[in-house]
Amino acid sequence: MPMTVTEIRQGLAAGEFSSSEITRDYLARIAQHNPTLNCFISVTEALALDQARQADARLAQGKAGLLTGVPIAHKDLFCTDGVRTSCGSRILDNFVAPYDATVVERFRQTGAVMLGKTNMDEFAMGSSNENSHYGNVANPWKTTHVPGGSSGGSAAAVAAGLAAAATGTDTGGSIRQPAALCGVTGIKPTYGRVSRYGMIAFGSSLDQGGPFARSAADCALLLQAMAGFDGRDSTSSETDVPDYSASLEQGVEGLRIGLPKEYFAEGLDSRLAGVIDTAIDELRKLGADISEISLPNTGLSIPTYYVIAMAEASSNLSRFDGVRFGHRCANPVDLEDLYKRSRGEGFGEEVKRRILIGTYALSAGYYDAYYLKAQQLRRMIKDDFQKAFDSVDLILGPTTPEVAFAIGAKTDDPVSMYLQDIYTISLNLAGLPGMSLPAGFVDGLPVGIQLIANYFDEARLLQTAHQYQQVSDWHLQTPEAFS
Amino acid sequence: MSTNLMNQWESVIGLEIHAQLATASKIFSGASTAYGAEPNTQACAVDLGMPGVLPVLNREAVRMAIRFGVAIDAVIDHQSIFARKNYFYPDLPKGYQISQFEHPIVGKGHIGISPAEGEHREIGITRAHLEEDAGKSTHDQFPEQSGIDLNRAGTPLLEIVSEPDMRSAKEAVAYARKIHSLVRYLEICDGNMQEGSFRCDANVSIRRKDDDRLGTRAELKNINSFRFLERAINYEIERQIDLVEDGGTVVQETRLYDSERDETRSMRSKEEANDYRYFPDPDLLPVAISDEDIAQIRAALPELPEQKKQRYIDDLGLSDYNAEQLTANRDTAVYFEAAYAEGDSAAAAQLANWILGDLAGALNKAGLDIVDSPISSPMLVQLVARIADNTISGKIAKQVFDAMWQGEGGADEIIETRGLRQITDSGAIETLIDEVIAANPDQVEQFRAGKEKVLGFFVGQVMNQSRGKANPGQVNTILRDKLK
Repeated sequence: MPMTVTEIRQGLAAGEFSSSEITRDYLARIAQHNPTLNCFISVTEALALDQARQADARLAQGKAGLLTGVPIAHKDLFCTDGVRTSCGSRILDNFVAPYDATVVERFRQTGAVMLGKTNMDEFAMGSSNENSHYGNVANPWKTTHVPGGSSGGSAAAVAAGLAAAATGTDTGGSIRQPAALCGVTGIKPTYGRVSRYGMIAFGSSLDQGGPFARSAADCALLLQAMAGFDGRDSTSSETDVPDYSASLEQGVEGLRIGLPKEYFAEGLDSRLAGVIDTAIDELRKLGADISEISLPNTGLSIPTYYVIAMAEASSNLSRFDGVRFGHRCANPVDLEDLYKRSRGEGFGEEVKRRILIGTYALSAGYYDAYYLKAQQLRRMIKDDFQKAFDSVDLILGPTTPEVAFAIGAKTDDPVSMYLQDIYTISLNLAGLPGMSLPAGFVDGLPVGIQLIANYFDEARLLQTAHQYQQVSDWHLQTPEAFS
Repeated sequence: MSTNLMNQWESVIGLEIHAQLATASKIFSGASTAYGAEPNTQACAVDLGMPGVLPVLNREAVRMAIRFGVAIDAVIDHQSIFARKNYFYPDLPKGYQISQFEHPIVGKGHIGISPAEGEHREIGITRAHLEEDAGKSTHDQFPEQSGIDLNRAGTPLLEIVSEPDMRSAKEAVAYARKIHSLVRYLEICDGNMQEGSFRCDANVSIRRKDDDRLGTRAELKNINSFRFLERAINYEIERQIDLVEDGGTVVQETRLYDSERDETRSMRSKEEANDYRYFPDPDLLPVAISDEDIAQIRAALPELPEQKKQRYIDDLGLSDYNAEQLTANRDTAVYFEAAYAEGDSAAAAQLANWILGDLAGALNKAGLDIVDSPISSPMLVQLVARIADNTISGKIAKQVFDAMWQGEGGADEIIETRGLRQITDSGAIETLIDEVIAANPDQVEQFRAGKEKVLGFFVGQVMNQSRGKANPGQVNTILRDKLK
């Protein structure tokens, strides 16, 4: 069974194995399983072995950092100095980033080993990882099924033990949904908690980086390394970062948990509802005080989200024009031809759809009806949560309406695909932190529950998840083929 | 076109001025803003619009914009917002320009201009907003290809938008000069038009004199001097009047001024204009500006041209015109004040006359700025002092001035080496006068017969004999005495 980050740290500290040894193990597992799963776009073997050697030296000198020697993977949307950063797109297939994202830099500084860059929906646009220029990713629990998206490669890699942990980004559920579908633990922090510098932007007011791992305790370690103010990101928060691991052992006795009735209404697969009820019972047994709450504007979150995210994306993706980097069409006859063909050839269908919708929403004459209206609704959705947090400490519900679906099942129906994000996107609109943790199975596929906390209360999310994981072992289960 | 026809029309002009702010680094990155570096050597990952980079606002640019706002007595909101202006162009790396749309940093303000001596007009300023400059495209360096230099990309600009309050090219130039002077006084812009640090676009329309509605405007671009601004506007006004007189209509469009042909040419019409899809930039938080921030900036403002002018009139007794001229350009005022500080307070008017007369003329002829004047302010002070203490006459002073300009040294040195010291010894003057009277008996007769103006002839003769050095006042008095 693959090790947790916590176990790797202990083993390295005790000298049971070296970072070089386990890095070679992971690289071997990647070589064996990646052809099936397609989790990785790039495997940085030489770099990983070099970093592992440096980590071993650091460990030997007693100068280990938080994650020294721990082999991880980065979503291929974080810029990595000297390594291709494709964002899952043909348009960046030849793009080698000239600098490290803040998140990558922090992991490097703490001594983590980068195994490679993980597959994703192109520009993080998608909920199934079927929108990648590098092909879809398979769900380790059932390889005919999707792993979720957009950070599907990271979630599948952790689930299959091809990396001890991985980074992801979450604009509308892109960490939590694949975490749920792959049976791993993932956290989307408060907007501003993790620097966005070097994260290729999709929806700038919604994007937030976070980790995937095999447990809440592991997520606490990874978030510790990622979080904190960054002068290069104006939206990054100066709020102090607490010691997430230190508060994990606090119980949930008396913790007030609210269940939004709108999250348990029509649309939720009843078998998933049953799994979630069982998890709620466990938390109640641990002393949590469970009550029903209401988030009345939940239904507005999908249209609101798609207007804002696409509007921002249409502008964010303008820089991919074939002029300075990335794909450029062959023999352009003039400037317009250069733009049209470079972008036409470089972007996939879903990305083009979103650029068009976003451009439309910002156009003269439509701006008020779409973008401005969406901003008003966004405030209402935010207010719903603030009202709820007057009476509860945490909110709990499903992460997704159903378990992983078959590859190809929704590719012709974008709206049904967008509905996969119904429970996750309102958090991005509000900027709140949330996490998904495994709570059982339906049809042999993992089910995730979602915990939502107030701003900068990640410690409470991690602590509650950790307490649940002390009385359950769903998070430690590994698909047979990869155990 | 007859003047009559012209008189039926009124032109309406508004200006958009882009002043490059004199910050050391760019508005959203740490790269240098210095002019003239090798292409693309002053463009960092942020300026290149690399994937994943983010803008971080240069607070100095904000302070400079507020300085301008305070100086034009403008409304400054507590919150200012950056917006993205979306359009594709190769020298615009991100595919959008970070600018301001709603909630610009500087709101409504105003400034006074003097288009001619004794005239005064208040011109409204609609707004001034911060934005980043684009790079430069070059089309003549590589065959079949265009080059892009992104050194300028991200340079902070303050775009100052006036109300359509100007009614002639002359007023527009007076306004542009006034803003130019102000930004230099505030030390927020170097004002260099050749390097593009100060650029003017003009919105020009015409209407019949009895009409108070605005006509359709054309926007004139590519104007890089005040002279061209005047010519471009005048050309455009005539073009529009001719067009309408001939039964045509003015279309809303952007027109480029061609200084070589002295004409404006259509660049793009409204139909081809971009929909910029402005929206608030999610990468930048709203800028919060407190009353204390504004108060601090106000307290630190230098003396502004209007205040300076009033002080020159009230305290130094200068004329309105001279005070206006001295303060119009900050460097001139600095020169004057340096001279004044060293000199006698009674010399203010003298110094002003020299600076605005001979010195300005010589500088203009040589194409020099006053900061590069070969005659420094202490040198000018010495010259004026020698006139005041009767060492030389005003006429000789011009000779000394020319010699100083040629680099022959200071006034005292030139007076000594050229022997220009004024003759004030009455005995010496009497000798000269006696010689002249003896040599011109006919003229003496005429004078004595009552022909007063012959006196001038005698003065001239005596001055000639003294090679200009005799004190003219003494010559006059003694002459009258001797001719009686």
